[in-house]
Amino acid sequence: MDISDKTIDNIAKLAKLFLNEEEKQKAKKDISKILGYIDTMNKLDTSDIEPVSQALLAVNVFREDIVTNGDSRKELLSSAPVKKDGCFIVPKTVQ
Amino acid sequence: MDLTNLAAIELGRWIKKGEVSVREAVAAQLAAIKEKDKIYHCYITVLEEEALVRADEVQEGIRSGKYTSPIAGVPIAVKDNICTRGVRTTCASKILENFVPPYSAAVVEKLWQAGAVLIGKANMDEFAMGSTTETSYFGATKNPWDISRIPGGSSGGAAAAVAAGEAYAAIGSDTGGSVRQPSAHCGVTGIKPTYGVVSRYGLIAYASSLDQIGPIARNVSDCAAVLEVISGNDNRDSTSAPQRQYHYQEAIKNGIKGMKIGIPADYFSDGLDKNVRDSVLFAAQLLREKGAVVEEFKQKTAEYAIPAYYVIACAEASSNLSRYDGVKYGYRAPEKDLGELYKRTRSEGFGEEAKRRIMVGTFVLSSGYYEAYYNKALKVRAVIKKEFENAFSNYDILLGPTAPTTAPKLGESLQDPLKMYLGDIYTVAVNLAGLPAISVPCGLDQNGLPIGMQLIGRPFGESDIIRAAYNFEQAYRFSARYNIQNKKEHIENI
Amino acid sequence: MKSYETVIGLEVHVELATKTKIFCGCTTQFGGLPNTHCCPICMGLPGTLPVLNKKVVEFAVATGLATNCKITRHCKFDRKNYFYPDLPKAYQISQLYYPICRDGGIEIETTAGKKVIGIHEIHMEEDAGKLIHDPLENCTLVDYNRCGVPLIEIVSEPDMRSVDEVIAYLEKLRLILQYLGVSDCKMQEGSFRADINLSVRKIGAEEFGTRTEMKNMNSFKAIARAIEAEQKRQIELVCCGGSVVQETRRWDDGRNTSFAMRSKEDAKDYRYFPEPDLAALEISEEWIAEIKAREPELREAKMLRYEKEYKIPEYDAKILTSSKKMADLFEETVEICGRPKEVSNWLMVETMRLLRETGMDAEELLLKPEKLAVLIELIDSGKINRTVAKEVFEKIFREDIDPELYIKEKGLLMVQDDRLLKEAVERVFERNKQSVADFLGGKERVFGFLVGQTMKELKGKADPGKVNALVKEALQNHIR
Repeated sequence: MDISDKTIDNIAKLAKLFLNEEEKQKAKKDISKILGYIDTMNKLDTSDIEPVSQALLAVNVFREDIVTNGDSRKELLSSAPVKKDGCFIVPKTVQ
Repeated sequence: MDLTNLAAIELGRWIKKGEVSVREAVAAQLAAIKEKDKIYHCYITVLEEEALVRADEVQEGIRSGKYTSPIAGVPIAVKDNICTRGVRTTCASKILENFVPPYSAAVVEKLWQAGAVLIGKANMDEFAMGSTTETSYFGATKNPWDISRIPGGSSGGAAAAVAAGEAYAAIGSDTGGSVRQPSAHCGVTGIKPTYGVVSRYGLIAYASSLDQIGPIARNVSDCAAVLEVISGNDNRDSTSAPQRQYHYQEAIKNGIKGMKIGIPADYFSDGLDKNVRDSVLFAAQLLREKGAVVEEFKQKTAEYAIPAYYVIACAEASSNLSRYDGVKYGYRAPEKDLGELYKRTRSEGFGEEAKRRIMVGTFVLSSGYYEAYYNKALKVRAVIKKEFENAFSNYDILLGPTAPTTAPKLGESLQDPLKMYLGDIYTVAVNLAGLPAISVPCGLDQNGLPIGMQLIGRPFGESDIIRAAYNFEQAYRFSARYNIQNKKEHIENI
Repeated sequence: MKSYETVIGLEVHVELATKTKIFCGCTTQFGGLPNTHCCPICMGLPGTLPVLNKKVVEFAVATGLATNCKITRHCKFDRKNYFYPDLPKAYQISQLYYPICRDGGIEIETTAGKKVIGIHEIHMEEDAGKLIHDPLENCTLVDYNRCGVPLIEIVSEPDMRSVDEVIAYLEKLRLILQYLGVSDCKMQEGSFRADINLSVRKIGAEEFGTRTEMKNMNSFKAIARAIEAEQKRQIELVCCGGSVVQETRRWDDGRNTSFAMRSKEDAKDYRYFPEPDLAALEISEEWIAEIKAREPELREAKMLRYEKEYKIPEYDAKILTSSKKMADLFEETVEICGRPKEVSNWLMVETMRLLRETGMDAEELLLKPEKLAVLIELIDSGKINRTVAKEVFEKIFREDIDPELYIKEKGLLMVQDDRLLKEAVERVFERNKQSVADFLGGKERVFGFLVGQTMKELKGKADPGKVNALVKEALQNHIR
């Protein structure tokens, strides 16, 4: 599978990564090569096979609806890069 | 004598008998780290003061009967992707360089309750992505057997610390071989348990459906003892298996007469180093002599394991690593625009390999490629799992090499990522199927570098592989034959 | 314009009335200081893992059963990936491939008649946090208190054709959810939010037109306005040879208009995949039966029972059950005082009037059943009359006060003592000798005047019937 510039741009956009031209070309080359290898999967016939997304299936694991947590704002905010008034801060989100 | 040469449960016994105090043991360990870590760089953080304070607390706890486990008082290293309350946990990444979790991982709590002394946070590949421990933001770890070589990865710091006498045992994590492969490269023993045996709560996720925490130690008994401590159900991890406690140490000393061992023939095809091949086959012969029934069988899916593994691991990683965006914790690039903040934080905070895997994962999940890549990989996973099930209807355990070669030179592997991925050929299928596996040292190659043998068990068949590994260890006596200090002699002998 | 028809489907997000969040033990209570209802799990700190709240599954199944859905027996969660500051993990745990309920529907009734609106699916997911714009520093504050509050999203089929149908569907849905007790459905607090998918097409056309998705309406009235505006906008576009762009629009109720929300650059590719951190769900026949057995009495059953058990007319039963809160209030009050007709009257007349006047929703009623029962008791025992009772009712409608105490403090108790009543009559007769004489002279209409004066003398705190009788008696005494 060869990756186009457009595809790399789209991936970078979705993954929120910035790539300069050099990084982009290298990523294109590396990922194309990796996907080329991954394509060997296609040799294996998997028709009629149900996909497996978990190694050993756990079933019906629940917690009861009981409040166990109190206010831990101080702890949670302690590692925030920027904070104000008990909130995390980001650049403005409204247009 | 040098205390740090003792095995973990041996030290535990000495402490229990009062022949050594916990403080002495911890001080000796810290002194060894001070001397050696300049060379090997096994640690990101060493808990010097904390460990000494803890030593006295444990000593008192042993006296009062609070701590009774075989590893009470024993200094243990924990890989730096396992959360430790109040102690920074970096995943060897710039993006978490200063992250101090307000909670401890379930395994850390269990070690604490067992009276172990946490001595430091071990170096690793960034976010456990790599097989060399060179992708660490904090610099590479070196192989104690040959400092021009990598220790393996991603739990390279943990394995090297155990090998170099910088920890009695260590806790690593294994997503595609990250406990077993560095154990093999460093001449120590490591177990990747059945998926769900050890709680993942507090393990910073790489690929959630494959990640499993496991012990690394200098011998099989130590590994079994540590695994016994850290395993068992945890209601904070929904994928944790229901059994509350596991017992591995009891079964260990039983013989292996009549045990059926299968060797997948295609594990011995091209690409396998001759020294590795010979050592592993010799090991198989030894097990046969101990009464096991060893035979070859055909496994058809080996070549599909790596492709499926990389698709699944990268897909899950791309999602798991999205939370590192500079908003709640960790590194944040100074930016006034939200989109730019995300992009610059992540581009500057992640290393090259992490970004590569994030991109591969994003691609295989993206619109138009999900079926052909991600869903296909899940189907391949199903086939691989089924094939293992079939194998275990004939055999108790499977035997093969842990890695196709011994430890490569520093800097060699990262030049060609795909080539590095291929080094995981024998380990990743085990994670896809959720099986337990152990790597035990089974020889040295012509350069005096350790070789590891992998034994794979059926789900929850830890006792089988531990028993077989122990029997082999007793027959082969790797540590008695070879030890790092007299490495030159070995090379002459080979 | 008349040659076009509007096609509407709704996505309704409902916050469930569980005590704790969907994946952790944090409270779901509304309000609270920012980030005080959070923990490492709902904040998605590294290494933390979700564990599913069992109640969420039961509420989702209950909703599915009450809306005639099929329950997905083997069901799973998926991750929906996107970056936004209100989503701390940068993915939302939701359900795409195996939603918990599918293929249901509910019957609605409008002036045009009855109609079934199909429900495509119901799935479970977690809510996101709240973003607050800070104009002072021109930045955004993030509060994760709502983050991880359990939601079900109820996705209808595009079966609605008018505002009336949409409102009827939403009202019916809300009643079902409230009766089930799975949500308080407070639109103002965001626990019941509807997004509108709307398109227009020429009447008779088979193909659907291009649809838009409208968000941010926080009342039924706003929903009605948004639909009116959007169908007008789309028809005008299509009529003038333009075309509708598939996009998400944000409704601005103040300006009565909407605008496109996200730029096209932000392509929607959520990269859904199965959530590896949660166990699969297996919903057994027994579990479904258990949930069904616990299903509370729904509206239709309640209406019928009221008619039968309490002899309440159909129309009244309909109004009393038009909100869960009202029905609860009715039943609880009747339970205490055993006067269904009387209780019904207070709710039907005075309560409805005050709700209208205050613009409150029935669900926001503060009135306590014990208070209403006491009030009815006071009337029955003749301690207050209806005029006073109305005044007291207004008080207990608005405030949590003790009606008996209030009556005592304000001196509103009726004069019961015959001697005091007679004295009042005498005083009135003394002051109005001419009127008494007129009555005795045959002017019977003066009687009413004398009764009125006596009531006035007693400041209205007397039983008019009794006063009537005493005036009559006194006049007869004068004759003799």
